[in-house]
Amino acid sequence: MKRHHFPLLLAGLLLAGSVHAAQADHVKASHAWIRLLPANLPAGGYVTLDNDGVQAARLTNASSPDYARVMLHQSSEHGGMSRMTMIDHLDVPAHGTVALAPAGYHLMMMKADRPLKPGDKIKVILRFADGSTLPVDFLARPANATGAD
Amino acid sequence: MKLPRSALFVLLPLLFAAGLLLAGCQHEPPPWQLTSIRGHMPDLAFKLTDDSGKTVTAADYKGKVALLYFGYTHCPDVCPLTLAHLHAVMQKLGKQADDVRILFVTVDPARDTPAVLHDYVRAFDSHAIGLTGSPGTIESLVKRYRASFSREPDKNDSGYEVSHSSAIYVFDRSGKARLLATPSDTQPELVHDLHLLIDSGD
Repeated sequence: MKRHHFPLLLAGLLLAGSVHAAQADHVKASHAWIRLLPANLPAGGYVTLDNDGVQAARLTNASSPDYARVMLHQSSEHGGMSRMTMIDHLDVPAHGTVALAPAGYHLMMMKADRPLKPGDKIKVILRFADGSTLPVDFLARPANATGAD
Repeated sequence: MKLPRSALFVLLPLLFAAGLLLAGCQHEPPPWQLTSIRGHMPDLAFKLTDDSGKTVTAADYKGKVALLYFGYTHCPDVCPLTLAHLHAVMQKLGKQADDVRILFVTVDPARDTPAVLHDYVRAFDSHAIGLTGSPGTIESLVKRYRASFSREPDKNDSGYEVSHSSAIYVFDRSGKARLLATPSDTQPELVHDLHLLIDSGD
């Protein structure tokens, strides 16, 4: 009977091993902030991601306990037109950096569940392709802010 | 006639210098750091509803330098960035900012009521005014300045996605189209040109 537990134990050990090598473990987040807009309008979330791993970390989605929905977006500019499109992933290259910054990649934070004000810390969970997660505190900034500080 | 080689070495730089001098005399460098659109775009003219619900026309802003921008409030990234930049520009203008109005015209009048627009523009700058109108009125205003926007059905619950012109149109105190600022123009460039327009008094 006892032998039956062995595969389970092995699976558990393997899982523990893979957690150590997870994409999120190699990613460091900095300059995380959200531009708060009035009337609970969708807000832009920005963060710089550094990957010290030997493999690309693929950001696939994000969520926040304070927002109904968080989406990965990209703003682009072509021939004098601005447009915004949804993207399904964003790669942080091995030993590289990706900045989610105004007028480029950003998180679109939809429908805050509580009233937020500048100075608040907002938890955002970044999820990577291997299922690993990175919780990041975003700083709420006023509408007319131009950066994280 | 054949000149010795050494003469050419003397003559050429001289001719070049003379050319530079002539060019300098004939063409004053344009004072503007943004793109001049003087004579290429129509005067400021519209009849819209402002963010307090009042009907307004371009005449209400005569005497002010007007910055016209087309956007919409469900735009979390580029529109707020533009307005935040304009706020920084207004701060750098100091007291002269009172002679400037930011006119934020929504291209999404279905969602952007005067009340929504009011909270939105005031969150950026006290010199900003939100303007809305019927879809037809806004469309013809957009066309008047050869701008454009489009709406696409969106897969998400937010309704639809909008793409829109990113330029800022600058009008002088008499409502004449003067300058075009694009996202690549910097705050110091805007401040420089707005100073000139405010000081010129026309």
